[in-house]
Amino acid sequence: MNLQFSDEEKMIIDLARDFAEKEVRPITKQLDEEKKVPLEQIRKLQELGLLGLMIPEEYGGAGSSTSCYIQVIEEFSRICPALAIVLSVHNSVGAYPILKFANDEQREKYLPRLATDWIGAFALSEAASGSDASALELKAVRDGDEYVLNGSKLWVTNGSIANLYLVMAKTADVPDKPHRGISAFLVEREATGLNVGKLEDKMGLRASDTAEIHFENCRIPADALVGEEGIGFKIAMQALDNGRIGVASQAVGIAQGAFEEAVKYAKERVAFGKPIASHQAIEFMIADMATQISAARNLVRRAAWLKDSDSNHTKEAAMAKLYASEVANRVVDRAVQVHGGAGYIKEYPVERFYRDQRITEIYEGTSEMQKLVISRSLLSER
Amino acid sequence: MDFGLTEEQQMIRDAARDFAEKELVPNAAHWDQAREFPESAVKQLGELGFLGMMVDPQWDGSGMDSISYALAVEEISKGCASTGVIMSVNNSLVCHPIEEFGTEAQKERFLKPLASGKKLGAYCLTEPMAGSDAGATKTTAVPDGDDWIVNGTKIFVTNGAYADTFIVYTATEPEKKTRGITGFVIELEQAGVSVGTREKTMGIRASCTSEIIFEDVRVTAEHMLGELNRGFKVAMVTLNGGRIGIAAQAVGIAQAAFEKSVEYAKTRIQFDVPIASFQAIQWKIAEMATKIDASRLLVHEAAHLKDMGADYSAAAAKAKLLASRTAVEVCDEAIQIHGGYGYVEEYHVERHFRDSKITEIYEGTSEIQKLVIARGVLKD
Repeated sequence: MNLQFSDEEKMIIDLARDFAEKEVRPITKQLDEEKKVPLEQIRKLQELGLLGLMIPEEYGGAGSSTSCYIQVIEEFSRICPALAIVLSVHNSVGAYPILKFANDEQREKYLPRLATDWIGAFALSEAASGSDASALELKAVRDGDEYVLNGSKLWVTNGSIANLYLVMAKTADVPDKPHRGISAFLVEREATGLNVGKLEDKMGLRASDTAEIHFENCRIPADALVGEEGIGFKIAMQALDNGRIGVASQAVGIAQGAFEEAVKYAKERVAFGKPIASHQAIEFMIADMATQISAARNLVRRAAWLKDSDSNHTKEAAMAKLYASEVANRVVDRAVQVHGGAGYIKEYPVERFYRDQRITEIYEGTSEMQKLVISRSLLSER
Repeated sequence: MDFGLTEEQQMIRDAARDFAEKELVPNAAHWDQAREFPESAVKQLGELGFLGMMVDPQWDGSGMDSISYALAVEEISKGCASTGVIMSVNNSLVCHPIEEFGTEAQKERFLKPLASGKKLGAYCLTEPMAGSDAGATKTTAVPDGDDWIVNGTKIFVTNGAYADTFIVYTATEPEKKTRGITGFVIELEQAGVSVGTREKTMGIRASCTSEIIFEDVRVTAEHMLGELNRGFKVAMVTLNGGRIGIAAQAVGIAQAAFEKSVEYAKTRIQFDVPIASFQAIQWKIAEMATKIDASRLLVHEAAHLKDMGADYSAAAAKAKLLASRTAVEVCDEAIQIHGGYGYVEEYHVERHFRDSKITEIYEGTSEIQKLVIARGVLKD
């Protein structure tokens, strides 16, 4: 067992932490208030080679390990969880599926772009299909050497800033096994008939754009298909296995950021003649928060290590996501409580963390779905 | 023993519910987004007698019992949590102490307009260095002849910029801490009173939370509420009643989130069935319902004890502690039941979630409630 990062990994992590502190922390409150995507900061990340972290070096990326990547996500989340999800979606469910399932031409065409100046997104959910992902209705009909897409996707993170979307669509009607009728396509933003629709007004992660994407007789070349028809659902589920590790790390980062604020406040705030950190109730809160964060972080790191070892990590990724997101909820709630009234006003970062953390138990598979994944995995083991 | 509501209590509840459905529900989201104080709705509440519910009719109040009050605050808060706290503050934190500790002249001068809704009140206790530790008050009232001169800044004043009348707790003998605090009734129009920063809160955004600044404000004996240096007791008795109001508000917020969740669970189809068919969702609904009922019962028990003239301090603390935790947990589950829709403004549950959190903090944090409850138990 080795719980240390390599020197090279440490360099990347320090670079990420520095960047977050200097370039992002000063503007994170404003980004939230104005619902502004930090395009300039994303551009800088691209220049630093940090956006394409998980893309192999042969395609111009940093070729980072998952362990290092998730630590970078944690570092960003500690300061600006919205920026962290841009990075996570781009790498985990944007670039990764191309790396794993696309053919050589597709990889050579898109991965270098995603490593440098393009942003990726993932379009699976629809108005009537969230947890029930295979009930999706977006149609992809073959027409000569093209496919024609009709329908709409919902909840697309990076929706309005992406250059490339991984889109799951229905190519065949398979009544008892609808997932077998789903295919994955790489759709470029410029495709005719693709329109970015409404941007959601969310409670938190307001600096991350979440859009509807409409496909109206959207024509794409037949070679936009990833792999073959009928494996799109499998691609989506494996992408989500990966994405879950990212979201889990985002949750750990949010918890860590809120925890640090709470400790800082507890040491400075005096009540009844002493810093509130000296009151037993607060001491115990701090102990509980620290323990839960450590446990969550370790679950996330274990899942990342399994992935780096090319081992099956479906159950472990689900556990990490389930646990870390619930920890983020509990920890941030306590962090607000430690701040008292100050935790309820925009001047203090914990107010924003409270709104940001809530989505981590929902997207990329709700906690309920994670429980299904975990229990089914366990119950089918001998 | 009787857990039933009287006809009058049911009538009040229904009237409040009606008002909430017509005047609050259609506007709550907009008020929240715009941070707009619901002036017209508050004025109507005043005219209908909801702002001085428990005040004796001789002072232009409605003379209702505390259970009626709790029922009304719950219904109003269910429609709009911000309007709920505006109402609760006026009733519990302003009208109640004046009625309990004021002279006849003070009741005539200050209580009548507050109870009848002609004026709006606010409660000034908290300061930057005095939250849970209210005894650390630094706003001073220094004697000047027969008068006092008040100087200091109060923060987190609900109704702040819209209030006409403030109950202000000052240190008349700072070295004596809680034994040297005096309450005064001060009006906005008095020289030296000004409204400071308005806080940008996470929730209850339609209510106004501001700083109130007192600069050389002259007050006379006619402004002193209760006796000199006995103000801390006034503040604490006041908060007991306030806890019932906030606990009722919390129940209302929870109820709103709960009802929306049940509706959504019945209509949202996934895996070919309404999600209400899944055990996981049924469990959530069951737990939410149970917590809400338990919370409401604790609120009513505290209200009942108050009406009987019994010591209701611990009961009120328990009600506030449980109901506020219930509100946060129920709203949290409500978002989860709604999935992604629970995270967007259109579906309202995210507003309930943002509104719920303050109920664990203001009018005495949950930590303070626990101290109150534990001390009550341990001293027996």
